[in-house]
Amino acid sequence: MATLELRNVNKSYGSGLADTLKNIELSIDSGEFLILVGPSGCGKSTLMNCIAGLESISGGAILVDGADISGMSPKDRDIAMVFQSYALYPTMNVRDNIAFGLKMRKMAPAAIDEEVARVAKLLQIEHLLQRKPGQLSGGQQQRVAMGRALARRPKIYLFDEPLSNLDAKLRVEMRTEIKLMHQRLKTTTVYVTHDQIEAMTLGDKVAVMKDGIIQQFGTPQQIYNDPANLFVASFIGSPPMNFIPVRLQRRDGQCWAVLSSSLGVAGQARCELPLGELEAGMDNRDLILGIRPEQIQLAADDGAEAPSICAEVEVTEPTGPDTLVFVNLNQTKVCCRLAPDMTPQVGSTLSLRFEPSRVLLFDAQSGERLLAKKRQATDNKVAQLKRG
Amino acid sequence: MNDASVAQRRSAADLLPSGDGGAKRRMRAISPSRLAIHATLLFAAALYLVPLVVMLLTSIKTPEDIRTGNLLSWPETFTLIGWVKAWSVVDGYFWNSVKIAIPAVLISTAVGALNGYVLSMWRFRGSQLFFGLLLFGCFLPFQTVLLPASFTLGKLGLANTTAGLVLVHVVYGIAFTTLFFRNYYVTVPDALVRAARLDGAGFFTIFGRILLPMSVPIIMVCLIWQFTQIWNDFLFGVVFASGDAQPITVALNNLVNTSTGAKEYNVDMAAAMIAGLPTLLVYIVAGKYFLRGLTAGAVKG
Repeated sequence: MATLELRNVNKSYGSGLADTLKNIELSIDSGEFLILVGPSGCGKSTLMNCIAGLESISGGAILVDGADISGMSPKDRDIAMVFQSYALYPTMNVRDNIAFGLKMRKMAPAAIDEEVARVAKLLQIEHLLQRKPGQLSGGQQQRVAMGRALARRPKIYLFDEPLSNLDAKLRVEMRTEIKLMHQRLKTTTVYVTHDQIEAMTLGDKVAVMKDGIIQQFGTPQQIYNDPANLFVASFIGSPPMNFIPVRLQRRDGQCWAVLSSSLGVAGQARCELPLGELEAGMDNRDLILGIRPEQIQLAADDGAEAPSICAEVEVTEPTGPDTLVFVNLNQTKVCCRLAPDMTPQVGSTLSLRFEPSRVLLFDAQSGERLLAKKRQATDNKVAQLKRG
Repeated sequence: MNDASVAQRRSAADLLPSGDGGAKRRMRAISPSRLAIHATLLFAAALYLVPLVVMLLTSIKTPEDIRTGNLLSWPETFTLIGWVKAWSVVDGYFWNSVKIAIPAVLISTAVGALNGYVLSMWRFRGSQLFFGLLLFGCFLPFQTVLLPASFTLGKLGLANTTAGLVLVHVVYGIAFTTLFFRNYYVTVPDALVRAARLDGAGFFTIFGRILLPMSVPIIMVCLIWQFTQIWNDFLFGVVFASGDAQPITVALNNLVNTSTGAKEYNVDMAAAMIAGLPTLLVYIVAGKYFLRGLTAGAVKG
């Protein structure tokens, strides 16, 4: 149980090279589950190695329970790590793998036996204790790797893409188990992944990284609903958010985004979304409208006021839990997530409805999120993070 | 994982030709091309074995027998007099070679293992250059180091001693042993060392408890290579040792090249075989461990 705080952490591998980590600032409370997520090469694994002490930092401070540990060697940091490749010692059996860290810490043999038994019971690997890692399946190796970390009862657990070597079914199972384990043990955890579903499901806090910079740090809900920029919006969510290039119109004291479908005559092939009041000068900028697939719904005949548009169905993809329908708006393919019993014919016309308050607006050049003035008060946090 | 995929491929191949395909396979087992391959291999094996057979036959013949018969003729009377005489000549030199080879092999292997560990797992600034220069040592011909080595041995007071010869072999062998171990350890995932560091293990604990137990195959390769090199060495032996300190290769040369009296080919052959036996023994014993180590080391995530 420990708090973790990173203060202005920097890492570079030489003066001529670009910084691998730039001004990383984040902090989590005791018992929280932090996810570092981003595409490969974004620096998330480097950051984790820096926390573990396997790599030194070029600037800043890493604080555990308020004490700076950035100068300490890995073994003195009281941190345990689960590696992507599991890194089990191949010549030792499972018992010795789990006990190795305890032996190194000069624990009494009786206490080691007790601890190994406890961990083995927790992870249900009691029957595997005499086996060598080579005789275990991928899932079993994964459990042993976790057991090795659990046995030490460290202040902080680090997980480096622990599920990426497992097959899809096992991955979902182990994901739930890791979450269950964390709920039970309540140990502060940092978890690196490139999988946005793991990020959303496991984390108390998520830090989305790109090019060594934290793009956004917040709860999964904040990241999902209020992405700070185009990158975060596109990285989190599956199927991904739709990005529709739009032009703005100013009318009645607020801005309107204009959408049009390729549908020529029949029905309403054009709609305007009210976006609130924006800064002046936005009218002529290239802007991008972000809408999540599940936020596009069929227009019902209940007389609701939400703006709607008619569009021709180009492709349908029934996935089971829902049906993905692709239409064309503003010359862009747009994905809509509809109820599974909805299977519109290709070529038929659908009337689609948008919820204007859920629609996001981005600057096409900078990728930054643009906020309407009336919504700015509630979204202050996002704006702050964006600036940071 | 590799084994599994190979097994899968094999079983798939077994499954494919069903019914009369099985008959076809049996036909192929004794096809002309297969016969030709086996005949060629047998011929090559025989060709390589002939010198050994000649040596063995000659060593158990009497000198008269050698004069009257030909190289491959069976001995008229079987005698071990050649072997007894040969042993009496090379006895002391044989143990000289043992005293040189065993410490030199062990020390150079140990130093190579430590070097390889540092050069693959604890890279430092300039370690690549260091490794490159070390590799250069593999390409240095023996002759080029003779003078500098004898100068150094003289300065160290080790000239004409067994210890001096051991030192020369160790220094010359480190380039090879380092190369072996370094190339073996680069295939070991870094994560193992990182995990051990987080577990609290230090430099030598990681080496001794984690990496060395994984290194049986490469240790065997190293032992075979170094033992063969050092046991068979003639040049260093003839230059850096004299008199009673000479290794068996030099003694064998002296025995064969003596021009006084009648040539005793049976003694020459027996002495040559005595000189060659230890390397043969190392191949037979360590080769077995080598294969076992290879299959046991195949652990993958």
